[in-house]
Parts: sequence; structure tokens; C-alpha cells
Amino acid sequence: MKSNEILMPALSPTMEEGTLAKWLVKVGDKISSGDLIAEIETDKATMEIEAVEDGFISKLIVDEGTQGIKINTPIAEFSENEEIYETNIDESNKNVISISNNEVDDVEKLSNVREYDKVVTFSADDTTKKITVREALRDAILEEMKADDDVFIMGEEVAEYEGAYKVTQGLLEQFGDNRVIDTPITEHGFTGIGIGAAFGNLKPIVEFMTFNFSMQAIDQIINSAAKTLYMSGGQMGCPIVFRGPNGAASRVAAQHSQCFASWYSHVPGLKVVSPWSSEDAKGLLKSAIRDPNPIVFLENEVMYGQSFECPISNEFTIPIGKAKVEKIGSDITIVAFSIMVGKALEAAKELEKNGINAEVINLRSLRPLDLETIINSVKKTNRLITCEEGFGYSGIGAEISSLIQEQAFDWLDAPVLRVHGKDVPMPYAENLEKLALPQTSDIINKAKQICS
Amino acid sequence: MNTMNMNNKQTDKSSPKKKSNYDLDLLLKLNKQMLLIRRFEEKAGQLYGMGKIGGFCHLYIGQEAVVVGINSALEEHDTMVTSYRDHGHMLVCGMDPKGVMAELTGRITGYSKGKGGSMHMFSREKGFFGGHGIVGAQVPIGAGLAFSHKYKKEKSICVTFFGDGAANQGQVYETFNIAALWNLPVLFVIENNLYGMGTSVQRSSSTDNFAIRGEAFGIKNKTVNGMDVLDVREAAIEAINYCRSKQKPFILEVKTYRFRGHSMSDPGKYRTRDEVAEMRKNGPLKALQKLILETGFNENQLKEIDNQIKIDVNKAADFAIESELPDEKELLRDIIIE
Ligand SMILES: Cc1ncc(C[n+]2csc(CCOP(=O)(O)OP(=O)(O)O)c2C)c(N)n1
Ligand SMILES: [Mg+2]
Repeated sequence: MKSNEILMPALSPTMEEGTLAKWLVKVGDKISSGDLIAEIETDKATMEIEAVEDGFISKLIVDEGTQGIKINTPIAEFSENEEIYETNIDESNKNVISISNNEVDDVEKLSNVREYDKVVTFSADDTTKKITVREALRDAILEEMKADDDVFIMGEEVAEYEGAYKVTQGLLEQFGDNRVIDTPITEHGFTGIGIGAAFGNLKPIVEFMTFNFSMQAIDQIINSAAKTLYMSGGQMGCPIVFRGPNGAASRVAAQHSQCFASWYSHVPGLKVVSPWSSEDAKGLLKSAIRDPNPIVFLENEVMYGQSFECPISNEFTIPIGKAKVEKIGSDITIVAFSIMVGKALEAAKELEKNGINAEVINLRSLRPLDLETIINSVKKTNRLITCEEGFGYSGIGAEISSLIQEQAFDWLDAPVLRVHGKDVPMPYAENLEKLALPQTSDIINKAKQICS
Repeated sequence: MNTMNMNNKQTDKSSPKKKSNYDLDLLLKLNKQMLLIRRFEEKAGQLYGMGKIGGFCHLYIGQEAVVVGINSALEEHDTMVTSYRDHGHMLVCGMDPKGVMAELTGRITGYSKGKGGSMHMFSREKGFFGGHGIVGAQVPIGAGLAFSHKYKKEKSICVTFFGDGAANQGQVYETFNIAALWNLPVLFVIENNLYGMGTSVQRSSSTDNFAIRGEAFGIKNKTVNGMDVLDVREAAIEAINYCRSKQKPFILEVKTYRFRGHSMSDPGKYRTRDEVAEMRKNGPLKALQKLILETGFNENQLKEIDNQIKIDVNKAADFAIESELPDEKELLRDIIIE
């Protein structure tokens, strides 16, 4: 880096590129550390960036409105002394812009590949639209709140801030602060309050900023929400949805990167759902809100910004307890949920080149589990791999593996193998985090191991 | 680790004086610590922007006077615990800026070998017990450290820092009760910077006086202006003497303000630019430096100190960038003691 360049900054853990929405300085302006210099749109929000050095702006390299600027691309130059500056963006700088535009094209191509348009299928009369998982979740909440006055949402930063991850965008404006409610940082308290409200015949949606913080509240979720129906001889239903991002995001380390799928799936009285695509997100969340039981709804932050075709109908729902075959195959069954579905599909594509035709099942629900779909698939392929981001020990894969050997042993030609996160708290360092997380290559390797 | 030999907890227990009577050495020492935090945080922000630091990174800019003032009243053997907004606390505890910065960049030379990152750093040697990412979790932990000091008759106290947002967590009140019931030598410092993420105190708390929240448990308290390091120091001397001599908890609420976003990815729409600009005008460094200049010290001398600190911080940044990533074997180490 040249010392007098101002570079496109990273402004969030998941940001790779951004848009220069607005310059707040012009050439010749004096800047000192802390002064606002530009507005940048990131994957989550519009943010202002500050100068970190003192000096004078000598050049603005990118135009307002330029999209897809990769982090660390020079966006402006400054000098320590006041001089006479060029006021126009000159030819050589256009290069910088066009280079970054090329990069954008590449990124778009890549992300198209990642979106699996061809895999997602709907019946012919479903009109669909390409929306992000974030939008799909918001649409589900919005539609259900419109349809039923007893539905309300509460959590930290859900109202005025519109969600720490912007899932609840626009909801406060639409429904007001009686139904879109900011809570203090008091998970155990507001979770219990939500459960009490559900006993009182309301239908709360409780957002955890991330599921890591649901640990503060897990006693209420398990001892109050999950068990009361049984303990009351069926009188006290608890129609509540606990939702938020689960699992690893990017570099946020051990206390903020854990998958709680197996924790909650362990408990009778709860339903546990985990969407992958926009379709899943919308259809499953709508069903969860309508369901008379307590539902733990495990989203994934990394998926929020990804786009998929999604039915637009208000009436579209997905039954809880049903898996979806995302790709039909004959040689091996790969089951996955949440972000791992994408990796399983990537692996399947790769395996095809090796002559292995994998069937990929998106579990969607973890409790109840759609064992029938898994067994039917195993009857065809005779081989099974399970994938999850969380720990293997006592994990979802361990449970599925056990159920399959109990109920479909004779159909298996090979041991069931599990792909999962390493048995370690999530490390912060970039290289270690990558090692700790299950990768597409792990699925490919395990598949090859039992298909040979 | 090679320490910069300027940040250790100070044993100087001089009694409260009028502001004009402070000796220059003390003022310069406080200035140096606050500036180190300021420059360190600015550099961290810059490295985050370059993608050298990942995940969450919470800067302490604006709040420097809190930890520096409190620390100036501590003894070497006292301990400290805080939240994820922890870089300043580590620097005043005497942790090496190089090791802290290298943890931010996730390198083997960092305090947690690159495995903890910005929010999770510790130094048993320097009496710093973290660095906690779960809001409010450090509060009972701090009381537990105080329990250990008392149990071992160590005469140490534990300073437990937490925010206005954290002050609403239930475990805080469970801890207040026990700390009072068991007479634990713990100083609770509530760093009230008026916001927990995007939520103002007015919107998160039924009353905005946090100091008195221990009264129902019989805990003494005081509120102090956190933009004035000398005020913080005076209050800390009194509070710490009380905790140590009476073997009892004390709550000190410090009114402060963070000049930057909650973390690096905070669009900051919940407060106006004017509000931030106004608070910056009355920043803690400016106030202290004004006092220093009144003693006859000149601008150039101050600039010289600043330049030296910038050099040290740049060295820490270079070290943090040039250090190796942790060896892959580290992935499986430190999980359990065999
Ligand atoms: C239990 C828990 N809930 C939520 C979060 C997310 N979170 C991190 S910091 C924060 C705000 C805390 O505010 P405050 O205590 O005032 O400290 P400040 O950030 O102002 O220093 C929130 C909600 C968390 N880390 N832990
Ligand atoms: Mg705060």
C-alpha cells in the first residue's frame, strides 16, 4: 500500500466488497483523524468511514455510485501538505475502476454458480422471485404478522435498528412498537416473558441476536417452553418461535460460533427447524409461526445475503418434519442442513466428475426428523454421509447414523460416515478457523472412501 | 514478552489533591497511557479496514479515561476482568501492545496464540482475566476472582468492568447479592457510554441511574465523570480503599461515551453526528492535555510524546502483520489439560 492511499475498508466480518455511495469530502479538503470521508454500502448497511490520518484529500479515485469495490482497493489519495490537486478523475484512474468492475463480474459469475438455480424446482404454477434468505425471512414474518394480530416479534435491536443482521427491516414502520419490540440485553428475562405471553395465547417470535446468546435463556426454553404442555396434561400449549443465526459466521471465535442444532434437537417438546435456501426460510418460518408448539428456528448468518428463487405466494408454506431431495442420485446419499446443504451440492457436482452420482437431501427439520425420506434414499443408494457444521460428538449425524443402522441396516453396503466441525472451540485465526469448519472437500473425500 | 515498561498498575497511592496540585509526572503518565490506547485503537481500526483483523473488533476510543483513571489507583497484585471492549484494559495492565495487536491479527505471537481474537484475551501474569464475549458474563466471574483473593487472604481486589447494556442482565443482580452477602472485595465499574449497541440507555433501562442499583443489596456506590481522568482516579482511590480495607463490594458508575461505532460494522444511525461531534469536543485526552499545558509543558513536547507512541504502535502493527499464523497443530491444543 502506498502510504498516502485511502483504501476501501472492510466494514463487517463478512464484507468482501462494497459500493461507494457518497463522497463526503472533495479534493483539497483538509481531513483529520476521525473526520467522515465517505458513505459505503456494505452487505448489511450503509456506513460512514472516517479518516485515520491527518492531511489533505488530493484525489478521489472512484466515482460515487461505483459498485463492487473490493476491500483494499485504493479509493482516494491524500497528502500531508496542502498542494494544488487535480479535480477530475483522470484516465489512469479509470483503469482502477474498470479493473474492479471486472472483478465484480467474476464475483457475480461465481455467486451465480453458488446459487443452484437449476437444482431448486417448484411445481409449474408457483410464481417465484429471486430473493435473499434475509428477505425471505422478513417476508415470512411480515405476512404472518399481517395475517394474525397475535403474532409479535421481540429481541435485541429488532425494531429501531431493524435487526443486528437486518432481518427485521421495515417491520417497525409497518407494525409499530406494540408488535415489533426492542428488548434490553436480558435474554433469560425476555425469553421467559415470551413464553409467558405464549401461555397467554399470544404467538411471540423471539429473536436471539445469535443463538450463542440463547445459552443465557436455555433454561426457559427447555424447562418452561418445551415441558409445560406435558406437565399440564396437555393444557398449556406454547406457540412460540425462537429464531436467529446459528453456527459460525466469520472469524468471531469460540463464544460466537457454535451450532446448537443437536442441543435443542435433544429435547422432547421442541421442534427444531433449520432452513438453507430462501424457499426454506420463507416456507418453514411461516409454518413455524403457525405451529402451536415451541419451535427453535436455526438460521445462518453467512446464508442471509445469498439469493435463491422463492415462491411469492402468501399461502406458500413448507411442512415441518419433511425433508427435501435437492438433487436426485443413485450412488450415495448425502444428508445435510443449513449452510452444509450448499456444500453437499457442491460436493455432489464434483463427485459427478468422478462418476459418483450422489443424492442430496436437505433435512429442513431436525426434530421431527424425516427418517422416511432418508431411508428411502438409502434403499436406493446403500450408502450414507451426514453433514453438519457443529461438533460430531453427540451430533445430528450421530443420531441419524444410529437410526439408520437400527432401521435400515440391511440396506447399507458401507458404514455411515459423518462430516462435521472439528471437536474444538472455534479458533479465531483465519487458517485454524478454516480447518475447524467442515469443507466441501471433506464430503468429497468421505464419499470417495465409501464408494470405491 | 518484552513489555513497554510504562503501563504497569501503579502503586502510587497519593491522596486526593486539587487539580492544580497534581504533579506533572502523574499527569504525563496518565496522558501516555490514554494516548497509547487512542493510537492503538486507531491503528486497530485501520488494520480492520485492510482486512488484517477479522470478526468483531470493538474500539475503546473516547472511554480511555475510565480504565486509565481506575488503573492508576490499583496495586500491582489486583486483578481485572471486562467485556469484549478490552484492548484498553489490557494495555493498562501492562500487556505488551505487540502481543495484543498480534492476537487481533490472529497470529501465534498473540496473547491467545491467535485462537481468541479481539474479544477473548487473557494474561494471568498481568492479572487480566479477559476479554469476555458474552454480555454480562464477566460480572460473576469478577466476583469469583474477588472470592479467591479473599479466600487466599491476598489483600487484592478485583475490578469488574461492564457496560450500561450489560447492567440489565440478570446475573449482575445475582452477583450483587452474593458479593454483598459474602463481603467480597470487588469493585464493579459500570462504563455507562449511553448505548448498548444501537440502544440508548433511555430505551433499555427503566431508570438511568446505574450506580444505585446495588442499594437494595446494601452496596455503596458513586457516580463519576468519565471524561475527566483525574475525577475517575479520585473516585477510584476512595472506592478501592473501601473494597480493600472493608472487604466489601462497591459500585462505581462512570459516565463516558464511545466515539466510534459499537463494532467496526455499526452504521451508527441511532445517534446524530452532532451528538458525536459534541462529545468529541469534550474528549478525555483534550481535557488532560489542557491541564498539562497549564503547567508550562509545551505543545511540541506533547507532540513528541505522541510521535513516540505512534512509533511504538506502528511497531506493534508491523509485528502483528509479520508474525506467523498459528501452526496447524494449535487447532487441537489447549482444549483440555491432560
Ligand atoms: C448475552 C449476549 N447478548 C447479546 C450480545 C450481543 N452484544 C454484544 S455487545 C452488546 C451491547 C452491550 O452494550 P454495553 O453493555 O453497554 O457495552 P458497550 O458495548 O457499550 O461497551 C450486545 C447486545 C452478546 N455478546 N451477549
Ligand atoms: Mg454501553
